[in-house]
Amino acid sequence: MSDTLLVEPSAQPAAARVLGTLLRSREIAIGAVLVLLVVLTTLKSSGFVFSSDGWRNLLVSPALLLILAVGQAVVIITRNVDLSVGSTLGLTAYLTGKVFIASPGMPVVAVFVIGLAFGGLLGLVNGLLVAYGRVPAMVITLGTLYIYRGVFLSWAGSDRVNADDFPQGFNDLGTASVLSVPVVMLIALAVMAVVGYYLRTARGGRELYATGSDPDAATLYGLPVIRRVLVAFVLSGALAGVAGVVYAARYGTVSSGAGSGLELQAVGAAVIGGVAIAGGVGTVWGAALGAVLLITINRALPMVGISDFWQRAVVGALIIAAIVLDRVLAARQERQLVAARDLARREPDRRKAGTPA
Amino acid sequence: MQDRAASAVVLELRDVAKSFGSVVALRSGSLTVERGSIHAVVGENGAGKSTLVKIVAGVHRRDEGVFRFLGEDVDFATTAASKAAGIAVIYQEPTLFPDLSVAENIFMGRQPRGRGRRIDYGRMYDESDRLFARLGVHIDPRRPARGLSIADQQVIEIAKAISLDATLLIMDEPTAALSGVEVERLFAIARSLRDEGRGLVFISHRFDEVFALCDHITVMRDGSYVSTDRTTDTDVDAIVSRMVGREVAELFPKTPAEVGDVVLEVDGLTSAGVFHDVSFEVRAGEIVGLAGLVGAGRSEIARAVFGVDRYDDGAVRLLGRKVPAHNPRAAIRAGMAFVPEDRRRQGLVIEESVARNVGSVIRRGLARAGVLTSAAENRAAGPWAGRLEVKTSALDMRASTMSGGNQQKVVIAKWLATEPRLLIIDEPTRGIDIGTKAEVHRLLSELAGQGMAILMISSELPEVLGMADRVLVVCEGRITAELDRAAATPERVMRAATRTSAHATAAAADEQKSEVTA
Repeated sequence: MSDTLLVEPSAQPAAARVLGTLLRSREIAIGAVLVLLVVLTTLKSSGFVFSSDGWRNLLVSPALLLILAVGQAVVIITRNVDLSVGSTLGLTAYLTGKVFIASPGMPVVAVFVIGLAFGGLLGLVNGLLVAYGRVPAMVITLGTLYIYRGVFLSWAGSDRVNADDFPQGFNDLGTASVLSVPVVMLIALAVMAVVGYYLRTARGGRELYATGSDPDAATLYGLPVIRRVLVAFVLSGALAGVAGVVYAARYGTVSSGAGSGLELQAVGAAVIGGVAIAGGVGTVWGAALGAVLLITINRALPMVGISDFWQRAVVGALIIAAIVLDRVLAARQERQLVAARDLARREPDRRKAGTPA
Repeated sequence: MQDRAASAVVLELRDVAKSFGSVVALRSGSLTVERGSIHAVVGENGAGKSTLVKIVAGVHRRDEGVFRFLGEDVDFATTAASKAAGIAVIYQEPTLFPDLSVAENIFMGRQPRGRGRRIDYGRMYDESDRLFARLGVHIDPRRPARGLSIADQQVIEIAKAISLDATLLIMDEPTAALSGVEVERLFAIARSLRDEGRGLVFISHRFDEVFALCDHITVMRDGSYVSTDRTTDTDVDAIVSRMVGREVAELFPKTPAEVGDVVLEVDGLTSAGVFHDVSFEVRAGEIVGLAGLVGAGRSEIARAVFGVDRYDDGAVRLLGRKVPAHNPRAAIRAGMAFVPEDRRRQGLVIEESVARNVGSVIRRGLARAGVLTSAAENRAAGPWAGRLEVKTSALDMRASTMSGGNQQKVVIAKWLATEPRLLIIDEPTRGIDIGTKAEVHRLLSELAGQGMAILMISSELPEVLGMADRVLVVCEGRITAELDRAAATPERVMRAATRTSAHATAAAADEQKSEVTA
């Protein structure tokens, strides 16, 4: 019974519990929608998957947003939001170009470390302002969105970095594949796996959820709330930095508009993937699937002949539907859990089942 | 470490003071808790007990005074610091993470870890089960904390505090929502912790519990220390008179009023998991008190009657006419007024002026061609605020700057402006100083005298017994007793309020057993 899974999950055998939880998860639902979308589009136009270009695009295009969505999910789980990631990405991508121009022999790994650190630094600024300024994250990061972009504009001006400025080895990264999976996607998946593992199995990861679920309770509990919020923003910034390096490798060209608008897509991807905007709920797997779905829809709809206007409307509808669905499901779950109190009262024996003799 | 372990006194507070702006929450609090003892702290609401607890817990920092823990001067800046030092606190109001599992709520930040510093979920669930078994309750550690009853939430708080293995355990009204069996279990654990040489602080309004459990008892009044005695050397009457500092009877001046026709009729009201088959009526000129434990469903019933919350079944009639469900505006039009429990959050627009607050529910009536002027608001508010003696120098003053008592009067004034036939008031004097308390009581009594029907919810038993013409006792969402003024004794009300199913079954089983053996 569905109620049992909610109220008394331990009463079920472990396998049934895991399976039940999995089947009810948002990740499975989004995954199913994604598969359906790919199948339907492929039926209409087989090149969507079954051409070397189609397959590559299917995997390469979502990689950037996937990295951003993972970082965004972590921030949203703490009941904050990071709107500056698009600007951070652009700025880091440009920095990558400048680093290679200054020292062409720089190893690729070092460039990733620089991007990670620089993005993390920008994230730290966000985190410090949010945690100590006690101003809502949306306001702070909206501000830094413009500030970081402004820094970028005054630094780059009309100048841009071109593919010639990058060493060949770095440019190859954007097109290389391992076992027909693009390296760019592998990087994104690795990021997702590491962050997801941390959120699930580390105390610090769980404290991020607790902080977002009820910040006041977290303070009373003695959790390091400020440190967790800082960690979330530094992580989001650092991942935006990594995404910036990936952006440079993939596109080869970085102008001052790079990454504009990506922040809203990242928020949309996380929300579609089941990360509750009110914090405390969601996984990076969900956010990652949300990112893939978002990008894939944008690519699939023109192929099935839907106009640009309707493409945007569909994405918008998807985001609203996800939020409404969250609200409805949360309300229903709460009603079920409250109604289950009657059950516990009617079965006092079971309530006392744990009584030692 | 040697010194700390040898110290016979776990906690020592002397002349501790704390102010929030101009409001003095704690004037001079003193408390000495010895190893291996359970120390009760009693006092009226607003006596400063909770502030004292929060200073020890590291939520607030004291302004002055001595604070020693295990013989060392300490000053906790955060709750983490006090927790690390070995202090566990069960707060009056449970603070859980609704989205996380019950087990995570207990072990957050100190989850058992296995290989590679990964959280060992299996062990965490097992340890939760063990804790609940020790407490004699069954809550699934894997379920989310969302939707748990207040009693179960309190049990989780207790489990959390016990699992901390603290040197000092502070319990701020832990039993307010618990049934008899659960209270007994908690006490058994408290005694075993005491026997292990820990110090415990127990805050409660229930004197039978205080005297049954505690070794020492400290009385506080108006933010100051009054006295400390061994429980064996004193009695309830002595403690009560020190707590209030005056005769109890003076506080509740309900004058008998002529009881008229039925105003409110509630019939078979049911909301799954919250309350069941609730039926009662309130007549004109009558004050009906809803008594019961915290979380019994009293506020929820009131909110459903007024239409804030939904209900699944049943009907509400006012003056014989059915009031539509889940529609507060219709309830106001029908003649209901509702003063909620948490007036800062639900009853007042804190940042607005008094006049605007008073006028807010009758805006439509005040507006001329859709335009609402301050002058019109002030005209409407003036007489009401004057009558209630709201002590604000001007009606333009912001509600947030007023005392709790005056805020409450503004909320009542706001509703009186709608000329209601029924006033529902939830915890009318919570957090109000004693002087103003009597004024609020006098006001309610006066309103009833003018023929208003009043439904009053209160957790303070003396208030219910002093004010109500009739007492309805709610237990686990059902009305378990209806007592008129003469029949309502503290014992009867408490018995009806703790008549839980678990309790009842256990008692029934015992009876059967004794019959068999006989």
